[in-house]
Amino acid sequence: MVDAALIQKINEKLAEEFETDIELIQPDAPLMQTLELDSLDLVDMVVLVEQNFGFTLKAQDFIGIKTFQDFYDFIDSRVNESK
Amino acid sequence: MMNRVVITGMGIYSCIGKNKEEVVSSLYNGVSGIGIDPVRKEYGYNSALTGILERPDLKGCLDRKKRNYLSEQGMYAYVATTEALQQAGIDEDFLEKNEVGILYGNDSSTEPVIHAVDVIREKRNTALVGSGSIFQSMNSTVTMNLSVIFKLRGINFTISGACASGSHAIGMGFLLIQSGLQEAIVCGGAQEVNMYSVGSFDGLSAFSSREDNPGAASRPFDKNRDGLVPSGGGATVILESYESAKRRGATILAEVIGYGFSSNGDHISVPNIDGPKRSLEMALRNASLLPSDIRYINAHATSTPLGDLNEAHAIVQVFGEKSPYVTSTKSMTGHEMWMAGASEIVYSTLMMEKGFIAPNLNFEEPDEASSLLNIPTKTIETEFDTYLSNSFGFGGTNSSLIIKKFTP
Repeated sequence: MVDAALIQKINEKLAEEFETDIELIQPDAPLMQTLELDSLDLVDMVVLVEQNFGFTLKAQDFIGIKTFQDFYDFIDSRVNESK
Repeated sequence: MMNRVVITGMGIYSCIGKNKEEVVSSLYNGVSGIGIDPVRKEYGYNSALTGILERPDLKGCLDRKKRNYLSEQGMYAYVATTEALQQAGIDEDFLEKNEVGILYGNDSSTEPVIHAVDVIREKRNTALVGSGSIFQSMNSTVTMNLSVIFKLRGINFTISGACASGSHAIGMGFLLIQSGLQEAIVCGGAQEVNMYSVGSFDGLSAFSSREDNPGAASRPFDKNRDGLVPSGGGATVILESYESAKRRGATILAEVIGYGFSSNGDHISVPNIDGPKRSLEMALRNASLLPSDIRYINAHATSTPLGDLNEAHAIVQVFGEKSPYVTSTKSMTGHEMWMAGASEIVYSTLMMEKGFIAPNLNFEEPDEASSLLNIPTKTIETEFDTYLSNSFGFGGTNSSLIIKKFTP
């Protein structure tokens, strides 16, 4: 179970960076389509994660992430790993 | 039969105004756009003088991705181009159905490069540079972005000709439309104003050190000039074939009738007289005009000791003593470098349209060459129908354009 505060922080950062209505960010919603991301934007996702969650990743790490819930789980696991 | 080439739209974003209306007011009233950037002193710059202009807030005008890919000078160029297309009456529908091109002068994009290198050095991870950096960093940043934003489908590349870039962009657009290869081209010039963009230039001690009185620092042709003041922004001129403009019922602002160019084949930074003189003569030949047909010269004169001197000599050799009015609008704007050749067409065409010549600020005492020129220090109310605009750059690249009031 991902911490509610972490989900809140992720949603706010994504909505701010990708200028998306935060109400559209729901656990089961498709991440790429909702945020209107293309392959270039994944690079900005790498920057967002590094600046806000303190770890670096590569664009290919996003393979397998389909929904926001997948993204929450991914961030949560990496944050816990680094603790 | 060559096509006639007319101007149907103009846009400007500079330190003397964020649109044509503001710029006309500044030109008429002789208002300087020069100020001080205190951060430059903290970084050890010799001169903190610069044109002062704020970056436009484009949120609401462009989506996140388009803003993310746009460099500082691209923002200025976007605002200027929006104004120019609007005046030309060219809308999305026209751009979709016609092959409108873009030729824009730009010769650096320093700030995004420096930021990217800072990130790579610190983080050792190139992805952390972000997706926008590459599209902001390339020299063609302005044309690659504006062609996407405005969905332009004609010719599309950047002209890098140092401080003559904007002028050559208009000259090349003129030739392409004249020959019939294009019917309309967005031409112009853009110049970044951030501190990083002029650091190495400052290192040459090329800038004025009159920091105690910024408005008096840029003093083209004055005997006591001590260097240029860097500046920038964006300027756009819509060039179009007369036939296309007539077909659309567009308002024609002026006609481009001559383009001259040359290379000094000499020193990389020290200007000479022969190169500019040949550029002037070629423009006159190209326009089939005599020197006496030119009523006003918008000089390149940047306020450097040797540059202004040699340009004055070149003008006197071609036009004789005390012939047309000569001013440098850089006395107000500073040197807008890659943009200058385009912005000075906007300034001069606006003055021709409104019937005045802006003063050459700070021209208090002539030197041996400028004493032979007809340089007004106050605003002159005068109707004129033909002017010439000079732009010269490092490497000895020279460009001269001749613009005339349009008569069918």
